[in-house]
Amino acid sequence: MTSVQHETGTADEPRGLTYAEAIREALAQEMRRDPSVFVLGEDIGLFGGPFGVTQGLVDEFGPERVRDTPVAEAGFFGLAVGAALAGMRPIVEVQYADFLPSAMDMIVNSAAKLRMMSGGVWGVPMVIRAPGGASSRGPTHGQSLESWFMNVPGLKVICPATPFDAKGLMIQAIRDDDPVICFEHRLLYGGHSPGGSMRSAWGEMRSLETPVPQSAYTLPFGQAAVIRPGSQVTVAATLMMVHKSLRAADLLAAQGIDVEVIDLRTLVPLDRRTLIDSIARTRHLVVAVEGARTAGVAAEIAALAAEEAFEYLEAPVARVTSLDCPVPLASPCEEFVLPQEADVRLAILRTLGLADPDESPKGGRERDRALARMKSFD
Amino acid sequence: MTTPLPPREVLLDLYARLVRTRCFEDTVYNLFLTETMPGTVHLSTGQEAVTAGVCAQLRRDDYVVPSFRGHGEYLAKGGDPRTAMAEIFAKATGCAGGTSGSMHLSDPPAGIVPGVAIVGAGIPIAAGLALAASLRRSGQVAVAFFGDGATNCGYFHEGLNLAAIWRLPVVFVCANNLYGVSTPFHETTLAENVAERAAAYGLPGQRLDGNDVLAVYQAAGQAIAAARRGDGPALLECMTYRFHGHSRFEPGRYRPPGELDEWRARDPLPRFKARLLEADPSLAASLSEIENAVQAQIAEAVEFARRSPEPVPAAPLQMVYHGETPVRPPAGRSRRRRVA
Repeated sequence: MTSVQHETGTADEPRGLTYAEAIREALAQEMRRDPSVFVLGEDIGLFGGPFGVTQGLVDEFGPERVRDTPVAEAGFFGLAVGAALAGMRPIVEVQYADFLPSAMDMIVNSAAKLRMMSGGVWGVPMVIRAPGGASSRGPTHGQSLESWFMNVPGLKVICPATPFDAKGLMIQAIRDDDPVICFEHRLLYGGHSPGGSMRSAWGEMRSLETPVPQSAYTLPFGQAAVIRPGSQVTVAATLMMVHKSLRAADLLAAQGIDVEVIDLRTLVPLDRRTLIDSIARTRHLVVAVEGARTAGVAAEIAALAAEEAFEYLEAPVARVTSLDCPVPLASPCEEFVLPQEADVRLAILRTLGLADPDESPKGGRERDRALARMKSFD
Repeated sequence: MTTPLPPREVLLDLYARLVRTRCFEDTVYNLFLTETMPGTVHLSTGQEAVTAGVCAQLRRDDYVVPSFRGHGEYLAKGGDPRTAMAEIFAKATGCAGGTSGSMHLSDPPAGIVPGVAIVGAGIPIAAGLALAASLRRSGQVAVAFFGDGATNCGYFHEGLNLAAIWRLPVVFVCANNLYGVSTPFHETTLAENVAERAAAYGLPGQRLDGNDVLAVYQAAGQAIAAARRGDGPALLECMTYRFHGHSRFEPGRYRPPGELDEWRARDPLPRFKARLLEADPSLAASLSEIENAVQAQIAEAVEFARRSPEPVPAAPLQMVYHGETPVRPPAGRSRRRRVA
């Protein structure tokens, strides 16, 4: 269920916004509301950010509050932590989530721990915006690193998949008193980036066209959205895999298979109740996320299902993830390593005991062999 | 040296800051020798002039980011010795509720943010506190304390550069005690000194005698005033020496024979005391008074720590995210959630 908390009760005509526009509107509205909110990152001013998210903000708020930084992630994340300790609300952007490791110490040892290290007195209310996911840019510009941060107590991890969620979760994140990492998928932004048009999922997928209210609103963390109710199998997904799963569900509907798709929306905190309630109804679970397989997001969800929904499950939990391989550039390779709609479809069929090898999507069998090979190391 | 002495109240204030850290750390050292203490400690004994001289130039609402060797930074800035001692004892009344220990002392009303104890991390954090001050036009200054060991890590270079390009009101204070744990400074650094690195970022850098509290006081005064005026950051390299090893009872055998004795002869406390008494023998009574008062204060802090309860086992879980109900009673005075 989606519950929206509006700022005002006034008439508020939703419009179609791209994901990038929705985030930009969230930033601008919060910066207008609260002078302690400011953004910093590389090329976010005049250039508007690598994906155009901060375009135009410098014109309204000036270079003090829309602050271009040198290439020094460890350093400017440190500045954000310091400013947050002093009660500011910095929103710090990395161009690619792949660059988060350069700031890892500051995130893990300072941002996440300062609340406890001050006896609960001092918080670090900062937002980290991390465009992640593969988009034909190769091994160091295409990773999904969400699970790393789920493993660090003190951080919150969110991953909006639609423009509507992006705006509501971003405003919630800015107002949150703890450090929040927002993983955004590059293929979801839509529109054009300053570097030219990029391959985008925008327009390919009708499910992206969520209307966005004009006024500010927040979406609470820890509330997954059942975006496609169904009765036979639950697919729990994030980011691009939400959209791939919706398409897989549509295709399977034609075969009479009724799939429920849940967009987890936030990973920390995680909405266990919606997930377990769904499993209790469908008795089957497929987890679809883009990150690598081993010790990934899907592993955590599968463990949760095993611990708390075991008695409902009629089949083992299936994980649909990337193969344990750096993200390759060449399209056929990237497509193979990444989880695709066809992989979700196959996982659903198998979970329901319906899979027919002859009807399995092209590449499916080869991917199985690759998976088996990876699992063979011990 | 014939520099004129600062006014009497400044001299006595400096002396009190020196003595408080020395007495606190001697006490902690003895506690670690004679009692079962949790965790570890890094003593700054011998380096007190650096922290006393700098902090005496700061306003109460100015920020300090301590290093992992941070007792002096905490106490000289006006941190409460009771909550610090209780934290070292890992008691519920400690400044982190007993969750974090000696390396993470903090005191919000005194502008002391928790030390992170990752070498160098405090440098950009201090610049960030200064960024907040600059955005708010609050007139506050931030000081990062760190050792020579921090000056070869990325945080030092990224932090100084960021502070420099935005002319942030921050002063970087390096206590160069010649060793990073056991490794001599000259083995890790080809450059002659730390101070000259400031030039690479367009900043003023100055090396000074870190065992002369008046020299530190004067240099820090200029740097802090410049930062407060909006003239940007500065780097101070204070040459000093730690009398103890790196941590706990580590004896420091990697140091050549005689080196410690040479530096003990330059101990900042007797040196400053002698200078004061030479200038004005009538100060003797005031100095004794300070010594007695500090001793009583530290003894009381130990008593407070001893009497305090341990945290309940689940207490840390309430300090991971905001909105949890604190299980720790406020330690003597009201505490704001964040320093405004």
